[in-house]
Amino acid sequence: MSLLSADRIDVRHGGQIALQGVSLSVEPGEILTIVGPNGSGKSTLLRALIGAVAPSRGTVRRANGLRIGYVPQKLHIDPTLPLTVRRFLDLPRRVTTPEAEEALANAGVSGVIGQQMASLSGGQFQRVLLARALLGNPQVLMLDEATQGLDQPGSAAFYRQIEEVRGRLGCAVLMVSHELHVVMSASDRVICLNHHICCEGTPEVVSAAPAYRELFGTGTGGALALYRHEHDHGHDHDHDHSHSHSHEAAE
Amino acid sequence: MLDDFLIRAALAGLGTALAAGLLGCFVVWRRMAYFGDATAHAAILGVAVSLGFQVSVLTGVALVALGMALAIHWLTGRNHAMDATLGVLAHGALALGLVAVALIPGARINLDAYLFGDVLTVTRADLAVIWGGATVVCAVLWLHWSALLTATLNPDLAYAAGIDPRREQLILTLLLAAVVAVSIKVVGALLITALLIIPAAAARPFARTPEGMAAMATGIGAFAALAGLRLSLWLDTPVGPSIVCVAAGVFALATIGGQLRTIGR
Repeated sequence: MSLLSADRIDVRHGGQIALQGVSLSVEPGEILTIVGPNGSGKSTLLRALIGAVAPSRGTVRRANGLRIGYVPQKLHIDPTLPLTVRRFLDLPRRVTTPEAEEALANAGVSGVIGQQMASLSGGQFQRVLLARALLGNPQVLMLDEATQGLDQPGSAAFYRQIEEVRGRLGCAVLMVSHELHVVMSASDRVICLNHHICCEGTPEVVSAAPAYRELFGTGTGGALALYRHEHDHGHDHDHDHSHSHSHEAAE
Repeated sequence: MLDDFLIRAALAGLGTALAAGLLGCFVVWRRMAYFGDATAHAAILGVAVSLGFQVSVLTGVALVALGMALAIHWLTGRNHAMDATLGVLAHGALALGLVAVALIPGARINLDAYLFGDVLTVTRADLAVIWGGATVVCAVLWLHWSALLTATLNPDLAYAAGIDPRREQLILTLLLAAVVAVSIKVVGALLITALLIIPAAAARPFARTPEGMAAMATGIGAFAALAGLRLSLWLDTPVGPSIVCVAAGVFALATIGGQLRTIGR
């Protein structure tokens, strides 16, 4: 049974149609990526799936008691709110310090537990958001443009971390991105969204699809190849392993 | 012990400071200062209503503050750019209340007591209301602390965790109306917002966690209540404004101290 599904949902934003007739389902353990241009309704789709916006038509189903680990696109912490990393990881449920430390290690950001959230660098901040999402043992991890503000090597490293986490926890991952070339290689399945679903399938199928090329042009094909080249040589055996694992699943 | 009007005044001030200090942190974190103003100013309209309909002032104030808080809650859910609208509501409610009180035939009341508070005339019944209200506010905040904090940080994080941020916002709205109703006697409608935001803002430079900030805000509020009462006896000044003056003084010192600490690092 799928963890999370949408059945032909429409979402409107002040009269404008953000999503139309979108159906998808997330299966246990898979990495599903939604790509699309800015303003194509990607974030709205994620927000509809967590119940933050109500569809005007169609239904969203979540498995009973589904545990969602959510990493928002941007988290603004008001300067009037003092918040240490340790305390942030306690939201919404208290965790023990060993649990908090383990989650930080899993997210690749050890040693910041006593710092203020406001003092973290962009990369550390995103990883702390990921660590919080990992606590409570999520069945599905949802990431909304989680690498915004990171440079390309930074986001590539972040997505490798996601693959690793999936390998370790066995959770499904649903992520949204416009950085196609970085995300594609880490995905089992890709949905190309522009208010409606243009095409979907394995990364290879989608990147070859006419609808995808129409939206993003042919230039990304080159970037994809370039990235894969770097990716193949750029990291140690451990990462390579989880990477090839996701490829098997994709093929 | 409660026969002494000074003891009653001190207890009333402490009860109000406790509730306002805790709730005030959320008012600061969520930038609800104008929201607090509008709700508090509506209390004067509540005084007029209670005179007109011959009900107790507490009932009138609580009902009108609640109505105003719910109206704002409903409006903010529909529109995020609320600053001007809140300003209109805050000052419109105050003006309407002042006019309504003047229009009620035969009403000879001292409006100053409701505008600026009159803590020296607090009765045992008032004390029961203040401490009862403060206890309810603290208990609800205690039970909802984590959910409120998550919803304050980011509504989508709350939704993903199965918390409805609209519900948490509504809870804060109701608590705000309750604090207005219990503290009008202590500091008056015009200065209730000051009692909410100044202790919290004064605590900010020294706090590392939300709970630390809440504890410090409560302490600063309590200190301001007692020192303000003392100051007013000494200088023969109104109690409510004296309390707010002490709180503002603490805020100024805390801000300077916070700056010095940052520079010294």
